[in-house]
Amino acid sequence: MSSQDIPEENLPAEQEHAHVAVSVADEENPFADPGLPPHEHRIQDIDERAAKRSERVVALLFTVSMLATVGFIVSYVTIPHDKSIFVFPIGHISALNFALGLTLGTALFCIGAGAVHWARTLMSDVEVADERHPIAASPEVRAKVHADFKQGAKESAIGRRGLIRTTMFGALALVPLSGVMLLRDLGPLPGTSLRHTLWAKGKLLVNMNTNQPLRPEDVAVGSLTFAKPEGLEETDEEFQNEIAKAALMIIRLQPDNIKDKRELQWSHEGIVAFSKICTHVGCPISLYEQQTHHVLCPCHQSTFDLSDGARVIFGPAGHALPQLRIGVNDEGYLQALGDFEEPVGPAFWERG
Amino acid sequence: MSTTPNEEARSRGKAPAGERVADWADGRLGIYSLAKSNMRKIFPDHWSFMLGEVCMYSFLIIILTGVYLTLFFHPSMNEVEYHGSYVPLQGQLMSEAFSSTLHISFDVRGGLLIRQIHHWAALIFLAGMFVHMMRVFFTGAFRKPREINWLFGFLLFVLGMFTGFTGYSLPDDLLSGTGVRFTEGAILSMPIVGSYISFFLFGGEFPGHDFVARFYSIHILLLPGIMLGLMVGHLILVFYHKHTQFAGPGKSEKNVVGMPLLPVYMAKAGGFFFLVFGVIAAIAAVTQINPIWAMGPYRPDQVSTGAQPDWYMGFAEGLVRYMPGWEINFWGHTLVLGVFIPLMLFGLVLAAIALYPFIESWVTGDKSEHHILDRPRNAPTRTAFGVAWVTVYMVGLVGGGNDLIATHFNLSINDVTWFVRIFFFAGPVIAFIATKRICLGLQRRDHDKVLHGRETGIIKRLPHGEFIEVHEPLSQEQLHTLTAHHQYEPAEIGPTVDENGVERKVKTSEKLRVKLSNAYYGEDNQIPKPSVEEYKEITSGHGHH
Repeated sequence: MSSQDIPEENLPAEQEHAHVAVSVADEENPFADPGLPPHEHRIQDIDERAAKRSERVVALLFTVSMLATVGFIVSYVTIPHDKSIFVFPIGHISALNFALGLTLGTALFCIGAGAVHWARTLMSDVEVADERHPIAASPEVRAKVHADFKQGAKESAIGRRGLIRTTMFGALALVPLSGVMLLRDLGPLPGTSLRHTLWAKGKLLVNMNTNQPLRPEDVAVGSLTFAKPEGLEETDEEFQNEIAKAALMIIRLQPDNIKDKRELQWSHEGIVAFSKICTHVGCPISLYEQQTHHVLCPCHQSTFDLSDGARVIFGPAGHALPQLRIGVNDEGYLQALGDFEEPVGPAFWERG
Repeated sequence: MSTTPNEEARSRGKAPAGERVADWADGRLGIYSLAKSNMRKIFPDHWSFMLGEVCMYSFLIIILTGVYLTLFFHPSMNEVEYHGSYVPLQGQLMSEAFSSTLHISFDVRGGLLIRQIHHWAALIFLAGMFVHMMRVFFTGAFRKPREINWLFGFLLFVLGMFTGFTGYSLPDDLLSGTGVRFTEGAILSMPIVGSYISFFLFGGEFPGHDFVARFYSIHILLLPGIMLGLMVGHLILVFYHKHTQFAGPGKSEKNVVGMPLLPVYMAKAGGFFFLVFGVIAAIAAVTQINPIWAMGPYRPDQVSTGAQPDWYMGFAEGLVRYMPGWEINFWGHTLVLGVFIPLMLFGLVLAAIALYPFIESWVTGDKSEHHILDRPRNAPTRTAFGVAWVTVYMVGLVGGGNDLIATHFNLSINDVTWFVRIFFFAGPVIAFIATKRICLGLQRRDHDKVLHGRETGIIKRLPHGEFIEVHEPLSQEQLHTLTAHHQYEPAEIGPTVDENGVERKVKTSEKLRVKLSNAYYGEDNQIPKPSVEEYKEITSGHGHH
């Protein structure tokens, strides 16, 4: 619609002046606040047909919202919950989730779009100024409040009766202690439990995947095997707590590749067993680089050299991975020769 | 003539139903005096004022969807064997928390949608708060009288982080369990109390059987309860203080210019709730988030690569990743600086932005109220500090995603880590200097624009062959807008002798304040805005040409 179609009587007189003011109005102070600029009319303010059009757009949006809600209910009832569809470019997704989400999204969005369009095109857009008042109270109010407070404090005699004051503060300070005490049974004290794992002399190393005890010949050079102590089953009540400390990483090196003397002593035919729990903050380490014998923690990238006492060669870990001393029992199975000699996992104050 | 009670009742009876209900409520709640000051309250219009609304609405969406999720979620770590409809995990041992989350995702119709809306809304809530905070910071909206509201907002941001963390830890999946383990490791690093706090939090050794139930009550009751209170307080203060506005014609420290709550903002803000909700629902329809079935139930001896927290924890994750692994052993104790320093830095970096308003008001010594917003360029030192802070935050985010950056861009993980180690220190310094230069440059540009007018892009050839660009003088509206900001004078050390001629000791704090004040407002740290005299001299000069 062009402006010629707008009825003459609807054209406001101010429109003429709206765009002129480039000349400075205030001769004294060109930077002075000229006051609110005159209101500029929107097409809807002056042309009833444009306003009608806006009304229809808003109503259409609200109608689309109603239809979308119907669509939501229909989808909920008709689409099976396990049906998947292919949607380009997302791929195969749950049909129900897709349909419910889009219909709900449309239903909500159209209400919002309708309301905003209504506000922007049909409600008054005349800017109005509201006065501000200082946040702080007037001096009279301030004086009155201070006087009232002093009066109240005086009447309570809290300033004069020191014994009451002192004992009251004492009682109020002590009473929360009961609440603190009640927190005591949130958990047991740590004691030495962070220092011990299930490993002990004679415990067999059980392959985590096959659940079978390991023999030296099961461990090939260059492979990485995860092991748990014999007797620990997934169904055990305390499985998660125990595996969080006992998880073991077993690799086989050529004995002459082992640089650390103690590591060599604690190994068996080049087979070495290290704690799988990172000494940084306790993630299970699981990225093994065959050629360099480095393991990398995927969480924070601490890197340990398994051929050199598992010392830290990069990243935020503070100390080497604890090694488990292993040997072979009479039947030829790999066994532990004791518990870890130092606590596994992240360091803590009492670790020492 | 006075009316009898009967007549009065009849005349009331004729009033429309809505009015009668309102009268009834007013007689009991006094709603009219509340409505008198608020119904036609004026709100100024600017796109950036919508950011806070995004936060408020996403918080409401989180509460709505969260209540729905509690109807189906079992906050228990009892081990069960899975027999639901997700085939790959059938027969697996998992906690009830994990299996009920699978149930919500696969067997409750619309359950996955609500879960995804809940999670997406949480990410948007945190992102919204971050950006909203930056808006408030860079425009100086935190100044008197709004410092307390700034703290309310800051607390909402921090509590939002922890609510998010406790929330995504609830399904007890492999990814979130790894995050909980990280938290345990971080708690263990605290000197003296670390292992005790860890044992009290987890009910014994990690992971124990309690943390899901405990995180659940923290996630659905404790933290959101506090946050709801803070949010209501935040809004009450926004109403009470009235909204800030940018400088412009007709706008002053004494007024607020805009449109009334009823009807314009009722419709715009109310409609905006539906827009936000609609967009989040559409995102949840097409964009999968946190597919816990792909990660599997948590086992402390298993992990997957690319383990990342939700984005708002990425900054803390980064601090932990690029810190060198320092450990000090002495007298049978271990000080785990490699984890404890990041833990402290996490708090300190956040505290720095929280306390900034108080530092700035101490430096300026300004006790007056501020309702006109600063343009960031007009407060170069504040803006530079803010950008430096954002830089530290972003370096943390980059560090938190160092593995993904390394694999996606084919870089060495070690190089990425070294880059963030250096940039943690160098980044904010470079950002500070660069931002300040840019701000001062923009101030100079405004200065020129006021004095010489706008560049029109029209090139004129003079009779003698010279080419000049035509400058068009600004309107008074524009002149006012560009010169309305207040410029502080740098503070000076007061007289070192008092009125009796006795020498006075200048306190260190006063020296520091003067130094800071000069760094903020001294020569070369802000461009003096043009004076009326300068303007008149130049414009009259133009006339004589």
